[in-house]
Amino acid sequence: MTERHVIAVLVDNEPGVLARVIGLFSGRGYNIESLTVSEVDAEAGLSRINVVTLGTPMVIEQIKNQLDRLVPVHSVHDLTEEGPHVETELALLKVAGQGDKRVEALRIADIFGAKVDDTTLESFIFRLDGQSEKIGRFIELMKPLGLVEVARTGAVAISRGSEGV
Amino acid sequence: MSQEMTGSEIVLRALVEQGVDTIFGYPGGAVLPIYDALHVQNSIRHILVRQEGGAVHAAEGYARSTGKVGVVLVTSGPGATNAVTGLTDALMDSVPVVCLTGQVPTHLIGNDAFQEADTTGITRPCTKHNYLVKDIADLARTVHEAFYVARSGRPGPVVIDLPKDILQGPGTYTPPSINGHRSYKPRKKGDIGQIEKAAAAMAQAERPLFYCGGGVVNAGPKASHLLTELVKLTGFPCTLTLMGLGALPASNKQFLGMVGMHGTYESNLAMYHCDLMINIGARFDDRVTGKLDEFAPHSTKIHVDIDPSSINKNVRADIPIVGDAAHVLEDLTKVWKARQHRADRKKMDAWWAQIDEWRSRDCLKYKQSDTLIKPQYALERLRELTGGRDDVFVTTEVGQHQMWAAQFLPFEKPNRWMTSGGLGTMGYGLPAAMGVQVAHPDALVIDVAGEASVLMNIQEMSTVAQYRLPVKIFILNNEYMGMVRQWQELLHGGRYSESYMDSLPDFVKLAESFGAVGLRAEKPSDVDGVIEEMIAVDKAVIADILVDKAENCFPMIPSGAAHHKMLLGPEDQADNPISEEGMVLV
Repeated sequence: MTERHVIAVLVDNEPGVLARVIGLFSGRGYNIESLTVSEVDAEAGLSRINVVTLGTPMVIEQIKNQLDRLVPVHSVHDLTEEGPHVETELALLKVAGQGDKRVEALRIADIFGAKVDDTTLESFIFRLDGQSEKIGRFIELMKPLGLVEVARTGAVAISRGSEGV
Repeated sequence: MSQEMTGSEIVLRALVEQGVDTIFGYPGGAVLPIYDALHVQNSIRHILVRQEGGAVHAAEGYARSTGKVGVVLVTSGPGATNAVTGLTDALMDSVPVVCLTGQVPTHLIGNDAFQEADTTGITRPCTKHNYLVKDIADLARTVHEAFYVARSGRPGPVVIDLPKDILQGPGTYTPPSINGHRSYKPRKKGDIGQIEKAAAAMAQAERPLFYCGGGVVNAGPKASHLLTELVKLTGFPCTLTLMGLGALPASNKQFLGMVGMHGTYESNLAMYHCDLMINIGARFDDRVTGKLDEFAPHSTKIHVDIDPSSINKNVRADIPIVGDAAHVLEDLTKVWKARQHRADRKKMDAWWAQIDEWRSRDCLKYKQSDTLIKPQYALERLRELTGGRDDVFVTTEVGQHQMWAAQFLPFEKPNRWMTSGGLGTMGYGLPAAMGVQVAHPDALVIDVAGEASVLMNIQEMSTVAQYRLPVKIFILNNEYMGMVRQWQELLHGGRYSESYMDSLPDFVKLAESFGAVGLRAEKPSDVDGVIEEMIAVDKAVIADILVDKAENCFPMIPSGAAHHKMLLGPEDQADNPISEEGMVLV
């Protein structure tokens, strides 16, 4: 019954708006798998919140309706429901090691298409984008090879085709 | 034309332009500039309460009895935190309130300054929206917007947090924008296709039932007229929620009484057995639905609500309609007439015969006593002795007396009944009655109270005295927190843990100490005299009605049970122990 939905929310870029959205999720007991927020239209003062959530169809409908009735919310789009969409996430990984492990880490990074953003003689910082699930697999592989730290953005998504939200 | 003025003057000018004539408030350091500006004007009357919580409830009473936005003014820190219960109450019951809170100057925000609290942080989940004004250029626009948000769509409370430097600083006034809000545009008109579907379902129904709530009251008196007309046109029965009382005249033959936990037998049985439920402006609250998986199991459900998040929240709607109750009722009536729909006479007769059978159980009957005043009897007498008047407003506190008042007092019009439904706030009734009386100086305003609840905001007797508000506080005094005691009896083996009221004040002397009239009834034969005197005297009155301490409120749907498992009286109680599932519910 539980479904994973990617929801995009266009909001006024004003103080407290993120707190309203997060407070809604915690106050009503909804799940947040990931959440990203950034201004997307400086002229109009609009930010976009991308939230990935889990819930039954009835809960997902509630989440959308509850979000939509917040005063600074302009529109709510359930990308999962609205059709095909492109979804991606960015991760930075710090992997430290020497010798074979260092070579193996670099080799696997190459297979995954991760970029090396920085290196020292004992460490790499890898940058990888793509589906959250693919990033998860990459992280698992790096664990035995000296994974020190991970930073992930959470998913962002946009619908396919020529129409905008 | 814009001219330079202080922030406080901008606030007051915006209030006047929004039609505000009354503010309920309490001064303090951060709002001194507004109080200074109030002192030198005559457009707005300020009512000084005795605690900020009382100010919000008074504003709620004002708002609900007039349909206008209630306005509150409190200081920073404790002023704002004291207002939180009232704000939550207004949010739960959809009452339009604008609450102005003082704040420390902008440069001190975040410094743990004296009387600083994160007011927007604290009130975010208990308001419809809130603002912190950090630039005086935004001040007038923010006040206008707050009023728009408070009264539009599903009404609710809005807080404007006003740092002291903003109130003192120079700025310019701007009138309300004519362009509307940039993101908040609630839908008023219902989808006509859905309304057609609803009308068709109504014409097909064999056992239809209107189930209407506070949304009809909030949509204005026109919505109540339209509902009354549609109920007559269709011949369908109608039940109302606690918040909806008055939306259909209580004397209407098609009115089945209140629905829900302490609603009438006929209403709840009709809910259970109906095949079409027409919900207009009610939200399937747990006090109405009881056990959800056995709720109206055979029915198709039409749900009209202005708030899309109310639809499919607790109960799935088959025909959802998002819109204002008045607009949808108007369109529904038009469609019903235009399509020449009419109910099947034979089937309706059968349905009404069934309902009349349920009605004949006379579920509100109680055992009269010669020696003890039954609370129901006291309310029946109040009903009879105020019956001829058209200007009666009733507020309540929360508990048994509230449910008895809902059962026994008749409301012929909307906006005459002010009670704390969603939040269940003890202490609501006295300050709410003040707000009603301020708005309707010549009306008969009665706070039906319990002795426990009324003590929660008893300090407001001082406000009542100061403004010579002739409110009547009708205390059904059973020396218990009656509803708590009833639940302890039902659920906890009669162990009355901390639910008795010891060391009560002498309410007669208490009234007198505030310059009001104190009356007491100790036996049934006292009741009429006390009520007559209470009405006759042109002063505030506390009528201390010493009622049967053991009386419980029936009928009752025990928690966790379905509508048809209703207990009609104490004799049912013993045979139907509460399920374990029901024990954990509130």
